[in-house]
Amino acid sequence: MIPIIGEPHDRVDGRQKVTGEARYAAENNLPNLAYAVLVTSTIPAGSIAAIDAAAAKSAPGVISVISHLNAPKLPDTGGQQQESNAAEHHHMPFSDDSVHYVGQAVAAVVADTFEHATHAAGLVRVNYRPTPARIVMEEHRSDAKERQGNAPATFSKGDAEGALASAPVKVDQVYRIPYEHHNQMEPHALVAAWDGDRLTVHDSAQNIFTTRQTLAKAFGVPTESVRVMSPFVGGAFGSKGSAWPHVFIAVMAARMVRRPVKIALTRRQAYFSNGHRPLTEQRVALGATADGKLVAMIHEGIGQTNTVCDYVEGFTSPTRSMYATPNVRVAHRVVELDLPSPTYMRAPGENPGMYALESAMDEMAYALKIDPIQLRVLNHADDDPANGKPWSSKSIKECYAQGAERFGWPRRTSEPRSMRDGRQLIGLGMASATYPSHRAPASARAVMHRDGNVDVSSGTHEMGMGTATVMAQLAAETLGVPFERVTFRYGDTTLPRAPISAGSLTVASVGSAVFAASSQLKRKVIDLATADASSPLNGTDPNDIDAADGKLTLKSDPSRGEAYAAILRRHYLDTMDAAADEKPEPNDPYSARAFGAVFAEVGVDPDLGIVRVRRIVAAFAGGRILNAKTARSQYHGGIIQGIGMALLEQTHLDRNLGAFTNVNLAENLVPVNADVRSIDVILVPEDDPHVNPIGAKGIGEIGIVGVAPAIANAVYHATGKRVRDLPITIEKLL
Amino acid sequence: MTLPPCYTNPEPDDESPADPSRRSFVIGSAAATAAALISPILGAAPATAETPPKSDPNAVAVVLDVNGKRHELRLDPRTTLLDALREHLDLTGTKKGCDQGACGACTVLVDGKRINSCLTLAVMNSGKAITTIEGLASNGRLNPVQAAFIRNDGFQCGYCTSGQICSAVALLREGHTHSDDEIREWMSGNICRCGAYPGIVAAIREAANARV
Amino acid sequence: MHAFDYVRAKDLSGAITSGSRPAAKFVAGGTNLIDLMKSEVERPAHLVDINGLGLAAVERVPGGIRIGALARMNDVALHPLVQQGFPAISQALLASASPQLRNMASIGGNLMQRTRCTYFRELTFAPCNKRDPGSGCAAMEGENRTHAVLGTSSSCIATHPSDLAVVLAALDAVITLHGRDGERKVMATDFHLLPGSTPHVEHALRHGEVITAVFVPDAAHASHSSYLKVRDRSEFEFALASAAVGLELSGGTIRSARVALGGVGTKPWRSREAERALIGKSPATATFRDAAEAALTGAIPHEQNRFKIELAKRTLVRSLTDLAGGAA
Repeated sequence: MIPIIGEPHDRVDGRQKVTGEARYAAENNLPNLAYAVLVTSTIPAGSIAAIDAAAAKSAPGVISVISHLNAPKLPDTGGQQQESNAAEHHHMPFSDDSVHYVGQAVAAVVADTFEHATHAAGLVRVNYRPTPARIVMEEHRSDAKERQGNAPATFSKGDAEGALASAPVKVDQVYRIPYEHHNQMEPHALVAAWDGDRLTVHDSAQNIFTTRQTLAKAFGVPTESVRVMSPFVGGAFGSKGSAWPHVFIAVMAARMVRRPVKIALTRRQAYFSNGHRPLTEQRVALGATADGKLVAMIHEGIGQTNTVCDYVEGFTSPTRSMYATPNVRVAHRVVELDLPSPTYMRAPGENPGMYALESAMDEMAYALKIDPIQLRVLNHADDDPANGKPWSSKSIKECYAQGAERFGWPRRTSEPRSMRDGRQLIGLGMASATYPSHRAPASARAVMHRDGNVDVSSGTHEMGMGTATVMAQLAAETLGVPFERVTFRYGDTTLPRAPISAGSLTVASVGSAVFAASSQLKRKVIDLATADASSPLNGTDPNDIDAADGKLTLKSDPSRGEAYAAILRRHYLDTMDAAADEKPEPNDPYSARAFGAVFAEVGVDPDLGIVRVRRIVAAFAGGRILNAKTARSQYHGGIIQGIGMALLEQTHLDRNLGAFTNVNLAENLVPVNADVRSIDVILVPEDDPHVNPIGAKGIGEIGIVGVAPAIANAVYHATGKRVRDLPITIEKLL
Repeated sequence: MTLPPCYTNPEPDDESPADPSRRSFVIGSAAATAAALISPILGAAPATAETPPKSDPNAVAVVLDVNGKRHELRLDPRTTLLDALREHLDLTGTKKGCDQGACGACTVLVDGKRINSCLTLAVMNSGKAITTIEGLASNGRLNPVQAAFIRNDGFQCGYCTSGQICSAVALLREGHTHSDDEIREWMSGNICRCGAYPGIVAAIREAANARV
Repeated sequence: MHAFDYVRAKDLSGAITSGSRPAAKFVAGGTNLIDLMKSEVERPAHLVDINGLGLAAVERVPGGIRIGALARMNDVALHPLVQQGFPAISQALLASASPQLRNMASIGGNLMQRTRCTYFRELTFAPCNKRDPGSGCAAMEGENRTHAVLGTSSSCIATHPSDLAVVLAALDAVITLHGRDGERKVMATDFHLLPGSTPHVEHALRHGEVITAVFVPDAAHASHSSYLKVRDRSEFEFALASAAVGLELSGGTIRSARVALGGVGTKPWRSREAERALIGKSPATATFRDAAEAALTGAIPHEQNRFKIELAKRTLVRSLTDLAGGAA
């Protein structure tokens, strides 16, 4: 049998994407569509004194101007604890005159065309009563507080301070990551249409079921009467996991003007009102014995948040699990500022946290004068130090070894500034990577048709991870039907429920449901056949039956068997189906994480301070790989965003205006094609029988983790300059 | 196993593939021969999309020749070529990424040259030959660049892809494909945030080699 | 975007007539103007499309080359006359923007492009003396990493964004303008203006005048010229610092030199001081460093752009070193 899982199948949605047929949220040009354009605040804190909408209302094509003066008051949907994803649920849009950040929606103009709405939005005059604003995080360190996020804010064991004080070798430094934006290519957009009390929303979303529930609560209609569709998502990286204010505004506007309404945020607007990776300031203190055993780890610091959202950047998460140390203390706190709401951004917690930790580990390796890989192997955590549980599987040592060999690590001379290529200083650096393997409840349905075709469905999302392709592969292999016979349907709340597509949990969660539904469907057909006197499989042991290429065959006698389609036809069945609701076991006895090792080679122009990444080799062990082609692409994407994080990405904040300033793609720099040279990803084989029924750990996030520190460590090796605040720009190396 | 009501699919029409309303929810067809999908909405929208906005006094006559088809429109002169394609002709394959000429998602070919359709007005392109992503395949046969993008996984989310492919088609004509570095330089006007650059370069290299 | 009426000019005189109306603007490529119209920084009442005027030839004329103002950036960059006689022009154009924008943008429009200062073009609620004379300057105490260190005033520190204009300033280009009073010529070095107390007045073009051509004189330092652009990203970014240099070397001596800097000035920054420091000297690192010190004399940094002074010096030293080495 030709294996299906693991094969580098082309994407099933490829043709739609290369022909332009794939329709994204804003491209649902419903009849009688109206366009809404937001008017946004220009002060960071205070209240709206007056709104003069007269000019806008009389402008050509304008249907309505909506603000807190005339909008329905939406209830607080309760945030994540209440199965809501209203990102700013402490302040629903247009609920009052308060202003919490620059760029907050304060009005919306609805008009018959995009041009009319855009022009009229510029005619709305808003006067404000500003109040003193809290803008600069460093000025408010003393107000840092603990907030419960994904991980508890603090964790400790042993006596970290005491052990650090008496450690023979110490590193104690502060690392800083600036505000960064997702910069997904498709700005947030949706089309909302009401039909009586039934609401249809075409959104660009990572979490359609929770959006449905949130909208139902906010607008007081039954959940079943809301349908959210998001079949194609033009990139998200965390920025579309929440229902941001514009979602409610579009739905509200559609109800008020009794027409379908489209809101497509401008690129500029999306920098203010749709989340960002918050500024963090992280202290990492490591203590070690002279022979390189870590005796103390402290990781603490602050990250920006605000008062209208609940977000916490949990950057100490990886430090709890990464290395074996008897004495650990971590604490991440938040500082509430009058700035836009932060949110998840690719590998939240782990990515910023590992930049700090893995930079400190490199500093420790130099302090100890031992090889950076050796330091990490010496302190390998055989069990999860966070909870003492055994790992479901862990292959980081193989990642170090295979990555080092492919990269040519042994040719590195450890002294900074010791390697050159012509004018360029060459630096080689490495870092570890890790990301936890999450899983959430998910449902799926599998339907076999009498022609042998199979429909599998789950209301999950495809933002480019390859979900549609690997789910079809999983169902095809489980059922034993050709890959081409399977259609996977997703992106619609009329399908079986799926969780948020975030945290690298989609394959583990939705895959487990697809696997269960497909297995059950196969078993139903087998049971039908074995009980059927007309079947060649009549009376055989179901466990002795194998399925391949659309056919059921007896393992012990391959001459006996018949096609799925034949069984359905003989029973006059148009379809057979099965559905599954799968959830993770409570009290999992194992800890599960994906691990990896990232190696970077940089060339630095010593006069001009220009850093270019010459090559990256990265080895990842993420459990079972369902599709080698899309998996590599996922890793490439993470690595390239990591290159951006290391060298380019930062959203500047004007401390006087309280506004992000480089709010366009020309100045909010992300890597272009010429920034990316050789990237070599090693898929380290890993068999994990414990993590979930699929054996896949999730690979969407780990690709970015470790890249920025590997590059920063390479820059140190090249130049002797340790840059502890990202990105590593020219002025830091002059 | 029984599903709670809100988890099950109430769509009753799974088994009637002839019904277009079923196809409208087929998103990721694994079938290599899958027919072109219609709009994943109500199906009827494109028919009305070409109607101009109700008698705008400022509207001007614009003739757009797109993919060999002539469209006579009356448009607000402020309408960019990009918005004319997307909002008035329902040719939504051309994407709006930044609307500021800084990302390349809106790349189309005008008189054979690649440009950013967000920074030119529709009225300025009256009478010019415009090719969009929808015009690259012929009779259902993909352009070699389109096929190479699929084979080399030159995209993930797909939102920059139309622009990348239009840019790449022009690049092949321009001849800036002598090395991977030259391809990278001349494709740097098309940002891909998913990071599909290695696949994009491989796809263009493959398509360029096939032309020789 | 504000409403305007759209006029397609059929000939030069028609363009001048249409463009002389109050609040009229010419549009060619549109890459800068339409972007600024979207943010309502530009609000023309009449938009005069001059793409039908021709004016796109690149041709040899006595004493140099003449580049039509409506020639597109890519076409000029790849033109043999430009590549052979004026390599710095070709290099500057190819280092600009993206292939798509270079197919759209005209040479005349390139000279007319406006600053990337975020307070001018994005944060239109912020004070900006260039956009809203007398309102103040948010960049002085704000985010000014990319701002100018040369030619600044207490009103404005916005950087001139063009790469091409830097080379044209270096190579003594002459810009031909046509208006109601006929033709006149302006040196490229005089075309862009210092901000002074009137940062909204950016150039010597009068209302209703059209740029029709750019003449660049032949010279040994033009055919032996280069443009080096330093930026964070490999491509598709404006300069943090750039240098256009041309050298005529003979017998181990610099006979003539041309130097202009980009990314650091409020206008394309020709440095005759640097040229004086080079002429008559032998090409050596110390000489180049002297020229760089001379070029940055009087530079005024702000909080975040202090590094640009040293970066510009090093950029100039590097480009002179490479150019001299290439001649040796």
